[in-house]
Amino acid sequence: MLSIFTKLADLITYVWLGLDPTTSLAKSTHFFVEDVTKIFFLTSLIIFLVGLFRTMLTPERVKEFIGGRPRYVSYPLAVGLGSVTPFCSCSSVPLFIGFLESGIPLGVTMAFLIASPMINEVAVVILAAAVGWKVALLYVLAGLTVGIIGGVLIERLKLEKWVEEYVWQIRMGKSALPAGRFSWKKRMRFAWGQVKEIVGRIWIYVLIGIGLGAILHGFVPQDFFVSYASSSNPFAVPIAVLAGIPLYSNATGVIPVIEALMAKGVPLGTLLALMMSVAAISLPEMIILRKVLKPKLIATFVSILFVAFILVGYGFNFLLT
Amino acid sequence: MKTFKVLGSGCKKCSKTAEMIQAKADELGVKISLEKVTDVGDIMAYGVMSTPGVVMDEKVVHAGGLPDNGDIAEWIKA
Repeated sequence: MLSIFTKLADLITYVWLGLDPTTSLAKSTHFFVEDVTKIFFLTSLIIFLVGLFRTMLTPERVKEFIGGRPRYVSYPLAVGLGSVTPFCSCSSVPLFIGFLESGIPLGVTMAFLIASPMINEVAVVILAAAVGWKVALLYVLAGLTVGIIGGVLIERLKLEKWVEEYVWQIRMGKSALPAGRFSWKKRMRFAWGQVKEIVGRIWIYVLIGIGLGAILHGFVPQDFFVSYASSSNPFAVPIAVLAGIPLYSNATGVIPVIEALMAKGVPLGTLLALMMSVAAISLPEMIILRKVLKPKLIATFVSILFVAFILVGYGFNFLLT
Repeated sequence: MKTFKVLGSGCKKCSKTAEMIQAKADELGVKISLEKVTDVGDIMAYGVMSTPGVVMDEKVVHAGGLPDNGDIAEWIKA
């Protein structure tokens, strides 16, 4: 089904633009056209389909699912729901406070916040379309595991003391939202609104990602990365994770870069580690979380993720070679 | 006169929500009072975690994301 986008890119690049397939420019253009059409089509489709059911899953409801459950249930639930529950990063603070206030442990709350930006249905489908279902599945499993381990560590280290004091004072009102039944017409409207809102927010990251991927694909020599970033270079993984920290993008936006690098022979573990780092550790998110977390907890949080991503990178590079 | 409050700690979508409500009220020729609630504690007191949220006459009518223009019209007219 997705080969239609390859054919479209063939048509535009070789026929309409008349580019010679062996040139760098043609390779880049082909990559760009194929990925722009494919990714924006798939993204809109998935957001729409999921949007039809989204009205059932709000952070308020997630809180009720997770609250009061034993740890072996609440951790997997938190990362699982974290990856499918949409919320704008400006809601991180009320969400964080709301979880703690209802008695959900700090670790479980952090697990939710770790998993959420890293895994989402759009990124998973696009990743699968770009590099195959197996890789996408590995990414999800690794992401969920990192979320759980990160949360459990924060709980074990008893870091509640590094949460801003005022957070514990806030008392929350009853979730008074009308449960309301949604007609299909209303759901369609809501789903379409979601497409406009989310695509409107992430398109720039996706476009930059595709542009970078296209340049890598067409103009960087095949053996360039192999000589620097092969699995025999022990520094490749930490450098990939470090590089991902200042790079702030939506998870979906990183995928075209991953796709291009993978075709250049960069090992999969290194790439998954890079993708996690770009998606999960971001300066804007940390600045928002600073309102509720003391700097020490933010530093611990980032360090735990940093180490976890490196382990993910080494682990997959080791297992897959 | 109806009192609307937009809950949100000052993100872009929150101010957009307030603008949408004001614009709809003007369009329908209805006078409303509109207020932004930005303090996290005050927001949480309404039981809302996902912002922007909308409160009409002290009742939460919406939470999480921009509201629908059709819904806004219903709140104002109801």
